[in-house]
Amino acid sequence: MATEALDTVVVARPREASELKAQRVRAAMWFLVPMLAALAVVAAWPLLRTIYFGFTDTTLNNLYGGEWIGIENYLNWQVLASGAVRWRGILADPAWWGAVRNTVYFAVISVTLETIFGMIVALVLNAEFRGRGFVRAAILIPWAIPTIVSARLWGWMLNDQFGIINDILLKLGIISQKIAWTASSDTAMTAILIVDIWKTTPFMALLILAGLQMVPRDIYEAAKIDGVHPVKTFFQITLPLVRPAVMVAVIFRTLDALRIFDLVYVLTPNSSSTKTMSVIARENLIDFNKFGYGSAQSTLLFMLIAIFVILYIWLGRVNLSGEGSR
Amino acid sequence: MIRYLKWTSFYALVAVIVVIAVFPFYYALVTSFKSGTALFRITYWPERFDISNYVSVLTGRNFPISIWNSIFVATLTVVFALFLAVTASYALSRVQFRGRGLILMTILAVSMFPQIAVLAGVFELVRFLGIFNSPWALILSYTIFTLPFTVWVLTTFMRDLPIEVEEAAIVDGASPWVIITQVFLPLMWPALVTTGLLAFIGAWNEFLFALTFTSSETTRTTPVAIALLSGASEQEVPWGNIMAASVIVTVPLVILVLIFQRKIVAGLTAGGVKG
Amino acid sequence: MAHLELRNVRKAFGAVEVIKGVDLDIRTGEFMVFVGPSGCGKSTLLRLISGLEDITSGDLLFDGVRVNNLAPSKRGIAMVFQSYALYPHMKVYDNMAFGMKLAKASKEETDKRVRDAAKLLQIEPYLDRLPKQLSGGQRQRVAIGRAIVRDPKVFLFDEPLSNLDAALRVATRIEIAKLHESMHNVTMIYVTHDQVEAMTLADRICVLRDGLVEQVGTPIELYEKPQSLFVAGFIGSPKMNFLAEKFADPYKAHTLGVRAEHLKVDSNGAKWKGEVIHSENLGADSYVYVDIGSTEPICVRQHGSSTFHPGDKIGFSPVSDKLIHRFDASGRPLAH
Repeated sequence: MATEALDTVVVARPREASELKAQRVRAAMWFLVPMLAALAVVAAWPLLRTIYFGFTDTTLNNLYGGEWIGIENYLNWQVLASGAVRWRGILADPAWWGAVRNTVYFAVISVTLETIFGMIVALVLNAEFRGRGFVRAAILIPWAIPTIVSARLWGWMLNDQFGIINDILLKLGIISQKIAWTASSDTAMTAILIVDIWKTTPFMALLILAGLQMVPRDIYEAAKIDGVHPVKTFFQITLPLVRPAVMVAVIFRTLDALRIFDLVYVLTPNSSSTKTMSVIARENLIDFNKFGYGSAQSTLLFMLIAIFVILYIWLGRVNLSGEGSR
Repeated sequence: MIRYLKWTSFYALVAVIVVIAVFPFYYALVTSFKSGTALFRITYWPERFDISNYVSVLTGRNFPISIWNSIFVATLTVVFALFLAVTASYALSRVQFRGRGLILMTILAVSMFPQIAVLAGVFELVRFLGIFNSPWALILSYTIFTLPFTVWVLTTFMRDLPIEVEEAAIVDGASPWVIITQVFLPLMWPALVTTGLLAFIGAWNEFLFALTFTSSETTRTTPVAIALLSGASEQEVPWGNIMAASVIVTVPLVILVLIFQRKIVAGLTAGGVKG
Repeated sequence: MAHLELRNVRKAFGAVEVIKGVDLDIRTGEFMVFVGPSGCGKSTLLRLISGLEDITSGDLLFDGVRVNNLAPSKRGIAMVFQSYALYPHMKVYDNMAFGMKLAKASKEETDKRVRDAAKLLQIEPYLDRLPKQLSGGQRQRVAIGRAIVRDPKVFLFDEPLSNLDAALRVATRIEIAKLHESMHNVTMIYVTHDQVEAMTLADRICVLRDGLVEQVGTPIELYEKPQSLFVAGFIGSPKMNFLAEKFADPYKAHTLGVRAEHLKVDSNGAKWKGEVIHSENLGADSYVYVDIGSTEPICVRQHGSSTFHPGDKIGFSPVSDKLIHRFDASGRPLAH
C-alpha cells in the first residue's frame, strides 16, 4: 500500500558503484586523458607562457635571456630630468589604442552588417522558388575561398589603377576619380569591411537559415489567415523565434571578428588605420623583436575575449551537459 | 500587377546576391587568362584563353611544393584530431561523470582563444622541440583549433545516437571500446567525413601560424605562398600569376564544398546553433 | 533457470526516489508481469534487474547470489526493448550473433544457436536482411531471437508490443506465450501498462504504484481477491464499479465494488434503479451505463445487443452477494 510519508526520505548514494558504471567511467577517463593532454600541451601551456613573457623584456633573438620586469610592458613611467612624467607601455601607447579602436570598430560594423545581410539572404533562401539550390550553392563560394585568396582577389579588384571596382564606379558616375582603396587611410578600413562582409555573410546566412527552418510553417499560415502584414509578421513573429539562433551566430562572429589577422595583414599591410590588436601584437613579437611587449599585448587581447566569453556563458546560461543524454 | 512587381523585385534581389557572391571568383578566372599588357586593360568578359600564368605558377618551384605542404599538414592534423576526438566525444556524450560539463565548457573556451594569444608560447615550444620551419610545427599548432572543433561537433552528433541500441550492446557484453568501434562508428561515418572535411578546410586556410613558423619557400603552405607571391620590385605585382594560383587553389575547395554542401551546413549548424 | 529475490530495493535519481522499497520473489521458470499506471516505476524496476541502472540500496539476488554489482552481460539476462534496438548496420544474422561473437564463442556454436532461434521464430528467410528492410513485427521477432541466442536464465521484456498495431499485438502476444511454454524453466519478466496483456500472459502479476508493490498474485487472484481499492479498479475491463456512502452503508462498508459482468438487469426486485445515460454495443456483449445517483454512472454488462436506450429507466442487481467487494475507509478489503 503506497504511503506518501516515504517521499521525503533522502536515500543514500549507492555504497559501491556497480561494475558497469565503474567500467564505463574508467573507460571515459582513458578516452579523455589523451585529448586533454594534447590540449594542455598546445593550448594551456603556450597560453601560460605567453602571459609569462608579457611580464618580461624578452627579445625574439634571445628567448631565454629575458628578465622579469613586472607590469612594465603594460605601463611604466619615467620621471625626466625636467621633472615631467613620461608614461610608457602598452596602455600609454597610441599605436595600441589605435589598434583597439580599429578592432572594435571593425567588429561592431562587420557583425552588424553581416547579421543584417545574412538575415536578408537567409529569408531569401527560406522562400521556396526555383533555383534555390543553385543560389545556396552560389553563396557557399565566398565562404569556401580561403581568406588569403579572398584578400588577393579583392586586392586586385580594388586596385587603384587597374581595379574593376573603380572602373564600375567611375562608369556609373558615383566617383569622379580613382580611389586607392587599400592604400589610403580613409578607405582602407572600408576595403577590409567589404571583403570581410562578402566572405562571412554566407556563414551568418546559413546559421540564421537553420534557425528559420526550425520555425514551423503553420505559424506563417496562421498569420496569413489572420491577415497580418508581412513586415509585421517578420518583426513580431519570425524575429523573436529566430532570436536564439541569431544570438549564437552573433556571439561566434563577434569573437572571430575581435581576433582578425589574416585579412588585414594581406590586404592592407602597414596601414595604421586598419591594424588590429592581433596584427600589432604579432608585429611587436616578430618584426620589432619586442617579444615581451608583444606577448603582453597578446595577453590583453586574450583577456578581452575571455571577459566576453564569460559574460556570454554567464548571461546565456548555456546548458552544456546536454539534457536527457546518458 | 503588384504580384508581378513583387516577383520581379524578388528575383532581382536573388540575381544581385548571386552576382555579388560569384563575381570576384569569376573575375579572377578572367584575369588569370590574361598576361602581359592585357592585364592592364579592364575587361569584363574573357577575351582569350592564355594559360601562360598557369604554366608559370605550376612550373615554378614554390607553388606546387606549397600545395603539397598544405595537403600534408592539413591531412595529418585532421587525422590526429579525429582519432582523439572520436573516443573523447563518446566519453563526453554517453557517459555520466562529475565534471563533464566543466570539460565541455573548457573545450568550447579553448576554441575561442585568439591564436595570437598562444603564438608566443608555441613559438618557444617549437624552437625548443627543434621543429621550427617544418610541417610538424604547423601540425602541432593547428591542433589548438582542430581538436576542440572536432570534439565539439562529434559530441553533438554522438548525443543523438539512440540510447537503446547502446543498451542492447551493453546487454550483449560490449565494452565501451567495442561500442565505439563496432556499433557507433559505422553509424557515424557521415558525421566523421563532414567533420573531417570542415576541419581540413580550417587547417588548409590557416595563415598566422603558417606565416610565423615557416621561413623558407620549400616549407610554406599555400595561403602563405599566395600571400607572398610578389614580383621583382614594388611595382611589379604579378597579378596574373596570383589570380592563376588563386584559381588553382580555390577550384578543388569549391567543388568539395558543393558536393558536400548539405552535410557541411548540418555540421556548421550543429556546432553553431546551440544554446 | 533463475529464481530472483528483491529485498527492500530502492532506487533514487538524485533526490527523487522512484522505487521506494520493493520486496519480491520471482520463482524459477515463471512468467511474471509488472503492470501499473505510467510513472509507477515498472520499467525502472526492470532496468534494475537487468543491471542497466544501479540499485541505490537493497539487494537483488539471482539464485541466492547477490548481483547488485554485476554488469548486465554477466547476470545471465537478455532483454527485448520497446523499440527493438537492433543494430541498424548489421544483418539480422549478425544482430543475433553479436553477443556470442563478443564472448568469443566458436563459429559452429554461434551458427547453431542463431539458426535454432531463427527456426523457432520463423525468421530464417530474413537472416541476410538489414533491419530497415523488415516490418515492425519482423523486427520484434529478430529482437526476441537475439535474446534467445544468449541462452539466458532470465528474459526481460520492456513493453515489447507497444509499437505494434492492434492485430499484430495479439498475434505476437500469442507467440510470446508459446515461447514461454517451449522454453521451460526460463524465467520471464514482462513490463506492460496494458492489463489485458498482463492477464493473458502472466503466471503471476505484480501491480506497482508509485514505486511500491500493491499486490502480487495470479491473474485470477487479482481479479477475484484484490487487496486494495487500487488493484480492484486497475484489474479487469471494464473498470470495477465503485459505490460509496448511501449505497455502501447497508453493507457496512466505506466503499462497495462490483464488476459490470457481475450485475444483471432485473426488473423485479432490483437492488439499484436508475436512468440509462449511454450504451455501448460491442456485438457479443453490450455495456449499459446507468445513473443511479452515485458519483459515477454504473456500468452493467448485457449479453448480445443491448435493448436499452438513453433515457430508459432500468433496475439491476448483483448476480450474487458473494461477488460484491467491500472496502473500508483506507481501501482495504473487508471479508465477504
